[in-house]
Formats: sequence, structure tokens, C-alpha cells
Amino acid sequence: MMPRTLFEKVWDAHVVHQFAEGPALLYVDLQLVHEVTSPQAFEGLRQAGRRVRRPDLTVATVDHNVPTGDRASPIADPVAARQLDALAGNAREFGIELFDLRSPQQGIVHVIGPELGLTQPGMVIVCGDSHTATHGAFGALALGIGTSEVEHVLATQCLVWSKPRTMEARVTGRLARGVTAKDLILALIGRIGTAGAAGHVIEYAGDAIRALSMEARMTVCNMSIEAGARAGMIAPDETTFAYLAGRPRAPRGAAWARAVERWRQLRTDSGATYDRRVELDAAAVAPHVTWGTTPGMVAAVTDRVPDPADCASEAERQAVARALEYMGLAPGTPLAGLPIDRVFLGSCTNARIEDLRAAAGAVRGRRVAAGVRAMVVPGSQQVKAQAEREGLDRVFREAGFEWRNAGCSMCLGMNADVLQSGERCASTSNRNFEGRQGRGGRTHLMSPPMAAAAAVAGRLVDVRDWELATL
Amino acid sequence: MNEPFLRHTGRVAALPRADVDTDQIIPKQFLKRVERSGFGPALFHDWRFRPDGNLNLDFELNRPAAQGASILLTGANFGCGSSREHAVWALREYGFRAIVAPSFADIFFANCCQNGVVPARLLEQEVAELFRRHAAAGGDYRLTVDLEQQRVSDGLGFSTAFALEPYRREMLLRGLDEIGRTLLVADRIEAYERGREAL
Repeated sequence: MMPRTLFEKVWDAHVVHQFAEGPALLYVDLQLVHEVTSPQAFEGLRQAGRRVRRPDLTVATVDHNVPTGDRASPIADPVAARQLDALAGNAREFGIELFDLRSPQQGIVHVIGPELGLTQPGMVIVCGDSHTATHGAFGALALGIGTSEVEHVLATQCLVWSKPRTMEARVTGRLARGVTAKDLILALIGRIGTAGAAGHVIEYAGDAIRALSMEARMTVCNMSIEAGARAGMIAPDETTFAYLAGRPRAPRGAAWARAVERWRQLRTDSGATYDRRVELDAAAVAPHVTWGTTPGMVAAVTDRVPDPADCASEAERQAVARALEYMGLAPGTPLAGLPIDRVFLGSCTNARIEDLRAAAGAVRGRRVAAGVRAMVVPGSQQVKAQAEREGLDRVFREAGFEWRNAGCSMCLGMNADVLQSGERCASTSNRNFEGRQGRGGRTHLMSPPMAAAAAVAGRLVDVRDWELATL
Repeated sequence: MNEPFLRHTGRVAALPRADVDTDQIIPKQFLKRVERSGFGPALFHDWRFRPDGNLNLDFELNRPAAQGASILLTGANFGCGSSREHAVWALREYGFRAIVAPSFADIFFANCCQNGVVPARLLEQEVAELFRRHAAAGGDYRLTVDLEQQRVSDGLGFSTAFALEPYRREMLLRGLDEIGRTLLVADRIEAYERGREAL
């Protein structure tokens, strides 16, 4: 047999039918559903008189528009409430399991999938959300889809997809202290650009990736879409199996042993080739911060804001000038020292327990700077409970952070958690697009310890210069 | 079921910038609707309207010559970011039937094909030429997107081919329902499921 990549193995195992005209019909092992991109899909099923083919392979939660404040009071936004009600009704009508606002397992869809052990190696996983790539950290082929495709998967349990090309991102060497998986992926996006991996599935490989925890691997895969790739994958290994063992929905007993044996085959064969390759030296990566309005507009915290005059092309000059105007930044401004108004610790990229521990390490015994409003939004209610067991909530609260309930929150600002126009925010989320966190808001993406340190300093700092408590 | 798309001639609106993300096309505050309609008025909301609610007359879509446009001419990586299909629903409802650009983000491209909006990929220099022609005509410029012939032309000397996978092309040409099409091979799905359960 021809040597195959990890991606090709998972792809081949899921082809139900190959259309003569190009795409394949791929079987989907798990569809995750949330309130914002699903109502029109369920309505489409109703209008056509169709059922959900495999409710047992479909799981729903609420995350995008949910309030993160007090859960006891009713939802203030009637339009958001209607969307939540619609999902509850659809889940009942079509027999789909739902983790709603009352559930102790509620959380961001890409946090709870792995947490519950729903996400497993070798699966094809879809969700109407572009950050579904997160689940690729387990060696699953996981991708974001549109609402029409959500409806298609609900009705047929299959996805029509034309085979993408493959890209290997090989990361070698050791990350320096204070440098995280977030910095790695930001550095990679800065290198290849926001469309650098369009049409491709990325496989992250190399000893620096092997050395990452599962949560750090999720951070890397999560932002594959910010490099243009619909999916990113990491071959499963002992770290993966140790994470999954004993999770509520993971196989048990003899089934577990069989599964692990199968999962061990999920690695790229020697001699297999990729359409493209890119290499990155982890040891050379500094903490990264975005300065513009795409995740590719990023630099080391020790760098300065670029000058449009230095751009290679007219198009690039215009794009940089436009971004700097929006961000309220002058060319040549050092990133370190930039004053901030808000701090957001949260999102499917960086709101897992290790992220909160790392951020708390930069905060312990310190205070949020005067005039800065900082909030922690755990990725799930389980992450929140775990953090409270470890006393992290006290570290954050005593420092002056708001400690909130789980949801997407200010990553996309669909609920009440938004920036005011002109406010500058140090954020652990994944997108710094214009208005993403609130109209006129200025987002700088960075790692959890960098954002936490910025909250204390009231300005962007190089966290490598900080004393970090290990929690 | 979408309206079949064979060919379309229409006025061009030019948005000469790269990496236009779906957060700009339809900002998040408009994503709470549970219907597929009602998004057109919010298309490019934060660019079209000033914070006080008045039209931003500097924005390309608000220029007099862009009124009634049905073809959007724009830069590379159009539709990047969020998977929200609401972006395509908003473009379609506003009146766009085709988008001409050097490249599209993957999810957005698939969403266009699901909604009868033709994403026509041309070479970077061809798109640059179209921007020049649009500007030279003072914005009073029309294009024909012919899906049968897979060509984009202006009737004034510009004519070029664009590629589209036969599967997507046929879906758009016939306005097909993808679910109905997949269910034609439901026996394959059942066979796959039998093998899967045996694992």
C-alpha cells in the first residue's frame, strides 16, 4: 500500500461515495450543534419533512449568545432568548442531546467535546463553526461548515467535500519559558498569512508539537482557520490517550484497548508526501501580539508596529494603513508599553484549565491596573468548577478580575460582553477583525499569560520578564 | 432549492480590498435571527452606516453608481473568518448574484454554492484589470458571468474563463437541492453504516 498521511487515512476511512464530478460523500461520526448556526437547518428539515438521520451522533450546546453573568435571572435579550428556545425545541423535536444553560456540562462547543470524551482520534467531526478545527488536536478530521451543510449532515450524516490538499507544519525545538502554543500558532499565521493554508488541511508535526499538552495542541489546531485551513490535525499519541482515558464518553474496558490499538495506526507513514511543507523553530518564537485587523498582522512583543511606507506592494500598503487607522496606532510604535483598557481571558482558543492556570500565575499576588476592566470567562462550566476547586477564581477575583460563567462571550461579542468604541483590549481569543469584539473596539490577540500580565501592568508587556507563579 | 443560474449580466460594485471577513459582511449583532431572511439590510452594516445610523457615503457600496449592483468585484481571500452562512444570505438578499475575486475562503466558497451565488475566481491581474475598467467607467460598469460557458466578460473586450468544479457548477446551473442529490445514494450510506457498526 502507498504510504499515506494522517489526513489521507482518516479521509479514506470515511468515503461513502465518490462523485464522478469531483467531491466525495464523507461519513460524519459526530456533529456538534449550537444555537446560532442551526435554527435555519432544523427549519429546512421541517419544511422538507425530513428527520435527523443519527441523533445519536449529534450533540448540542448553547455558547455563542449566552450571557456570562448571573444564570439565575432570565435572559435580557429577547432575540437571543428566542434563539436559545429554538435550539431547545429543536433538540426535543429531533431527539438530540442538549447541554443547556442549566447543565453543569454546558460550555463552548469546542471545549466540551474534548472534555466529555466525545472527540476521539480518527473521527470526522463537523460543526457550524469555523473553530471546529480545534478537535483536530486528537487526530480527528474536524472542520467548520455552513448552515446548509449542517442541514445536509443532519439529514444524511454525510458531508460533500472535495478532497483538500495537505500541508505539513513541522515545529522543532523547545519553547522558551513564558512562550505558549498561542505564540506558536500566531507566529505560523504571521509567516504564511491568513490565506496561507487555504484549500489545505494542516498536519502539525515535529518534536515541539509532541511536547505540547492536549490543551496546548487544541490551541494550535483551533487557529488553523486563521491561516485559511478548514482543518488542522495532530497525530494521536500517549498524551492523547492519557487525556481521553476515563472521560465520560470515551470507550471503556475491552473497547478502550481496541480503540487505542486502532488509534495508534493514525500517523503519517514514512515516505508519505504533503503538497506543501513549512517549518518553524519553536526556540526562536517570542511572545506574539497582533497589531492589526487580521490574525496575520502579528509581531513579536519586542517589535514595533510596521510602517506602511515599508510595504512591498501598494495593496499591502493600503491594507496596513487602513488597519493602523482603525487600531489607532502610529507606525513604529513599540508594541510593549501600549496602554490597554480591557482584558478578555476566554474563548475556544484559550479558556481551558491550563490557560487559566498560566494566566493566574501572572496575576497571583498582584492587582489589575487602575482603569483596566478585566474578565475571565471559562470555556465550560466544568473548567469553571475545576478552577474554583484549585482556588484560581480567588486569585483572579482578589486581583480585580470579573469571574464569569462559560460561553463565547467577548470573543465575538454576541452577548452583552462587548468593547466600547476606541477601547483597546488584550484578548486571548482568535480574531482581531474590525468590530469583532464590539464596534470600534481594538483587539490585540495574545496568550493567556501575556493578557494577564497586561491586565496587571495596564499595558502590553513581555511576559518573559515577569516572575510567574506556578499554580 | 435555489433559482438556477445560467448567466447573469449586472452592474458591478467594486470593493478593492483583500481579506474581507464575514464579520464585516454581516456583523454578529445580526446573527440572532432564526430565519434565513432579513439579513440584507444589515449587509456590511458597520461599513455602510456610521455609528449615528446615517449612511457612510465614503463606503463603496453607497456610491450612486453602485446602486442596484448585482455583481461584487473584490480582493483576495474574500469571506475569510467565521463560517456564518448569514454572510451569503445577506449578500444574496441585498441583490448580489455573483462575486468576482482572485480567491475566496473555503467555507464561504461552499456557502455561496449552496445559495445560488456564483463565486468566480479570476487571476489577480485579471481582477486588477477589472478594477481599472470599473474606475475608468466612473463606476458605471457591467459584467456578464456566464456559468454555462464559465466566462466573465464585459462586452467591451474583456473576456476570460473561470474554473468551477463540475459538481458545484451543476448544482448552481440547476438550482439543485444537495440533500436530495445525496439521498439518491442512500443505499451507500446504509452500507457504510453497517460496516461502521461492525467495527
